[in-house]
Amino acid sequence: MSAFLALSRRELLLLWRQRGEPLIALAFFLLAALVFAFGAGPDAALLQRIAPGVLWASALFAVVLSLERLFESDHAEGALDQLALSPISLPMVVAAKVLVHWLGSGFLLLLAAPLVALAYGLPWALWPTLLLTLLLGTPSLSLIGAVVAATALGARRGGVLIPLLALPLMLPVLILGVTAADAAAAGLADGAHLLLLGAALLFALPLSLVAAPAALRQALEAG
Amino acid sequence: MSALESFFHMGGYAAYVWPAVGLTLAVLLGFVAVSLRRLKRTRRQLDALEATRLRQPKSLP
Amino acid sequence: MQRFANPGRFLRLADALIPWAATVATALILLGLYLGLCVAPADYQQGDTVRIMYVHVPAAWMALSGYLFLAVVSAAALVWRHPLAHLVAKAASPLGAAFTFLALVTGSLWGRPTWGTWWVWDGRLTSVLVLFFLYLGHMALYGAFDDERRGQKAAAILALVGAVNLPIIKFSVDWWTTLHQPASVFRLDGPTIDAQMLWPLLVTALGFMAYFLALVLLRAKQEVLSQRARALALLQAGA
Repeated sequence: MSAFLALSRRELLLLWRQRGEPLIALAFFLLAALVFAFGAGPDAALLQRIAPGVLWASALFAVVLSLERLFESDHAEGALDQLALSPISLPMVVAAKVLVHWLGSGFLLLLAAPLVALAYGLPWALWPTLLLTLLLGTPSLSLIGAVVAATALGARRGGVLIPLLALPLMLPVLILGVTAADAAAAGLADGAHLLLLGAALLFALPLSLVAAPAALRQALEAG
Repeated sequence: MSALESFFHMGGYAAYVWPAVGLTLAVLLGFVAVSLRRLKRTRRQLDALEATRLRQPKSLP
Repeated sequence: MQRFANPGRFLRLADALIPWAATVATALILLGLYLGLCVAPADYQQGDTVRIMYVHVPAAWMALSGYLFLAVVSAAALVWRHPLAHLVAKAASPLGAAFTFLALVTGSLWGRPTWGTWWVWDGRLTSVLVLFFLYLGHMALYGAFDDERRGQKAAAILALVGAVNLPIIKFSVDWWTTLHQPASVFRLDGPTIDAQMLWPLLVTALGFMAYFLALVLLRAKQEVLSQRARALALLQAGA
């Protein structure tokens, strides 16, 4: 546990030192929502209806764009090799990185979502569901993203490759999040959707903590 | 309309059925052509390399 | 399987199988097309457009089983470290993508006259579209690294992750489409399949499978030879 905390603290420090990057991702999130609004037109009723979809799509794009930095700087400095050789297990390294990545992406988006919800005129009654889906769903995005980032580590054109690989895999989370909000909007119970989102998180956790270290090891082996 | 004509006419849906079938055949055949061409090219490369190797009878370091 | 880890033996196997598979494929596909276009009856609702189903459904089956094949071969490459598995995976991926593309386009051509739109957000079609992107990503990984082997391993990992995700994607897309129930129920497999319609489907599907086998072996053979050529070139460059 202490190793995990130490790792997380290190990641947080790194994040803070490059705090421009999460902020850029945040700005992109808001900008994407703006672009969608322009695309859809000023019809208030339409905007209200598509608000959950726009929030989730923008969240996906923002998360996906921030994935490249997850392992890249450590890999370039050789820190990743050292961590792999150390007695600290790679899954723990990945877990710490994912946690801090989420703090710098999904968590920030969660805080910024009310701005978008306001702009889109989302009714107050739907806010709890929407925010809850983001809270439950965005960690899964970071987990899935970690696997993709590890797989594409050191690839040329990683910037476009990672979104191409990650977005299809993240679609189920988006679908669960949006349908939960839509169910709430229709006055139906959203409990089942939220449970499924939680289940997706519980499923993504072990998958990611197995696949990402495996991908990292492949990347380090090849050198 | 003769039998052959009505066959091509496809009940009025010729514009959909024939492109679908045609595209399928085109893709399937095209893939074969491309794959065969690549194989031929690789074989030529390999033959050229093995020819130069045979011309160097001494063992390589 | 370990017997064919030897490239030479694999090449001999390929040379033996390819002509046979190609002949079977040609015969079955032509037969299937004949059955579907000429023998099978037109649908009383959809008319002759239902004949598109005879290429669309087998293509979709191949798109899916192609990915399953990819996942199994990738597992063999990663877990059992079968030396030729990476090459077979690299050979198979574009084929799967091609069938996926065909499934999508023929699906569109089928949907337009039947339901009035070129694209339908139907569970199956949408899942196949996502599958197409999974294939593209897989293909992209091979060329994305300077170190060839790294690309192979990365692609294999992605294939496995994608395979695990595939049923989840299918499930969630189905969920998503049923919640926005369209005015009429789209059923892309058309009317209930009776025997007359089943035969062309099965024959064409088997033909596609034989085609897949022939081409995978052909392309894998090319990859093996290409690997050999690169090794030779490297040796000679050092000489």
